[in-house]
Amino acid sequence: MSRQTSEKIAFAVLTFAAISVVVPILLVLGYIVVQGLGATSWEFLTAMPRSGMKEGGVLPAVIGTLVLTFGTAVAALPLGVGAAIYLAEYARDNWLTRAIRLAIINLAGIPSVVYGLFGLGLFVLALGMGTSIVAGSLTLGLMTLPIVISTAEEAILTVPQSFRVVSISLGGTRWQTIRYQVLPQALPGIITGVILGLERAAGETAPILFTVAAFYLPRLPTSIFDQTMALPYHLYVVSTQVPGMPIDVQFGTALVLLALVLSMNAIATVIRSRFRRRRQW
Amino acid sequence: MTQSSPPQRPRWGEFLIENLIRVCGFSAIAFVAVIFFFLLREGLPTLGRVSPAEMLKQRWYPTFDLFGMLPLLLGSALVTVLATAMAVPLGLATAIFVREVAPNWAREILKPLIEVLAGIPSVVLGFLGMVAAAPLIQRYLGAPTGLTAFSGAMMLAYMSLPTIISVAEDALDAVPRSYRDAALALGATHWQTIWRVTLPAARSGVVIAVMLGVGRAIGETMAVMMVTGNAARLPLTFDSIFRPVRTMTATIAAEMGEVAQGSTHYHVLFMVGIVLFVVTFIINAIASAVVIRGGPKRGGRLLG
Repeated sequence: MSRQTSEKIAFAVLTFAAISVVVPILLVLGYIVVQGLGATSWEFLTAMPRSGMKEGGVLPAVIGTLVLTFGTAVAALPLGVGAAIYLAEYARDNWLTRAIRLAIINLAGIPSVVYGLFGLGLFVLALGMGTSIVAGSLTLGLMTLPIVISTAEEAILTVPQSFRVVSISLGGTRWQTIRYQVLPQALPGIITGVILGLERAAGETAPILFTVAAFYLPRLPTSIFDQTMALPYHLYVVSTQVPGMPIDVQFGTALVLLALVLSMNAIATVIRSRFRRRRQW
Repeated sequence: MTQSSPPQRPRWGEFLIENLIRVCGFSAIAFVAVIFFFLLREGLPTLGRVSPAEMLKQRWYPTFDLFGMLPLLLGSALVTVLATAMAVPLGLATAIFVREVAPNWAREILKPLIEVLAGIPSVVLGFLGMVAAAPLIQRYLGAPTGLTAFSGAMMLAYMSLPTIISVAEDALDAVPRSYRDAALALGATHWQTIWRVTLPAARSGVVIAVMLGVGRAIGETMAVMMVTGNAARLPLTFDSIFRPVRTMTATIAAEMGEVAQGSTHYHVLFMVGIVLFVVTFIINAIASAVVIRGGPKRGGRLLG
């Protein structure tokens, strides 16, 4: 077999692999959109569930997921950006910094259900928060933290060194340099990273199972110590836990969740590409 | 760069904020420690009630106080090995295609789609696995039910693909251009260059990609719980691939909601959590030992 023939065969195999990765993704998206569009309506989005969730809408689950996502941002954003600033601007290359990086990579690798266990042990039971929005948000926030740290650090590191040199040579202190030169330039990148982290949090089920999610609670939460329904858990419930659930409700819920998560992804992509086109270095 | 500004009076606001930032930086270490501490606190009381020998037995019937974890361990192992066997060749081939072979237009389509795959919630994939994939598996592979280890492994394979592809792509990206140029100048074909030069040079990154893919597969919960059928039986024969199994993650997720706090069952489920934590910790520690040597730039990409 000549070299050219074996190259052709190899490239054909590679192309086939890429196609077999992509085609199922398109099928998944297409199937959910086609099946789900028939099931969703304005009423489905804005009504309370009725008759054991078999009728009505998913409003409390949508609101619950939005509230939890916001709570996650509140929990993860300051801590994550602070840690990123530390790693990018202050940390020296020593064993302590290596230990921090090891810890972050391990935080990212801890299974989501183990975060759920931890949230149950610390927030729900030991700190007495009960199954509540605050316990769920803190659990999700901790899970999102490594994503926020790593993307924010990367954004800060892309700011050219010359910005810092100029600021310091003009008499700026280290913090002034970070506050007025580095962070404004890194902001779009940080926002992109945060949204991608929140996207994952919004779609997670396992960490909220024991910390906040309510099986069936047809009213809106009134305080951060309430339980709430949430879209991912609601999809799990309607597709496995209730016999005789109409397939329309299942596909409708799946579509609403997918649309919410992918629109966050789209927003992040738009911010990132506009930022890349506009930046001046 | 030396700081040559004249001595200033102390700025307390700045002092405070710089120390806050330092605390944020160290917090990651504290969190890993606290998570492990709480798992131990809730999990270790198991040892006083169920002996380690009993925990390694083969029957998991919590209602009869039988807590043999062997079926769960083997269930997780089976599903993870199957998923890795599917995802690694597919993911590496796709990474090579995207980075080395694909024309620009194909890359522009592939990369965002793979990002979308990474964003699809696991519960949505699990739902589709139940309503769409399982019936097909049952019909065409002649399995008694569509909810099998194989179905779960397929879901897991697709869920770990984005991780494997992006990390492997970064590894290929890090191979200096001069390596490829030298091979091509010596008369190697494009494929020979990839196979004999680029891929071996990216070896350590490829290993990381595989390990992180495995780590993700072991820890996945919802999709696995929904499509593997959840029967706690020992998967020892070959046809176990097409039978229901139950993983450690699915067991925690399915049973923790129903146990009384402080019961033996409650503590045993935390014990399962400890096993998961330790296994993923080891996998990630090995992977990150390689990453950290490669500098922060490559470490960041692993997580996103």
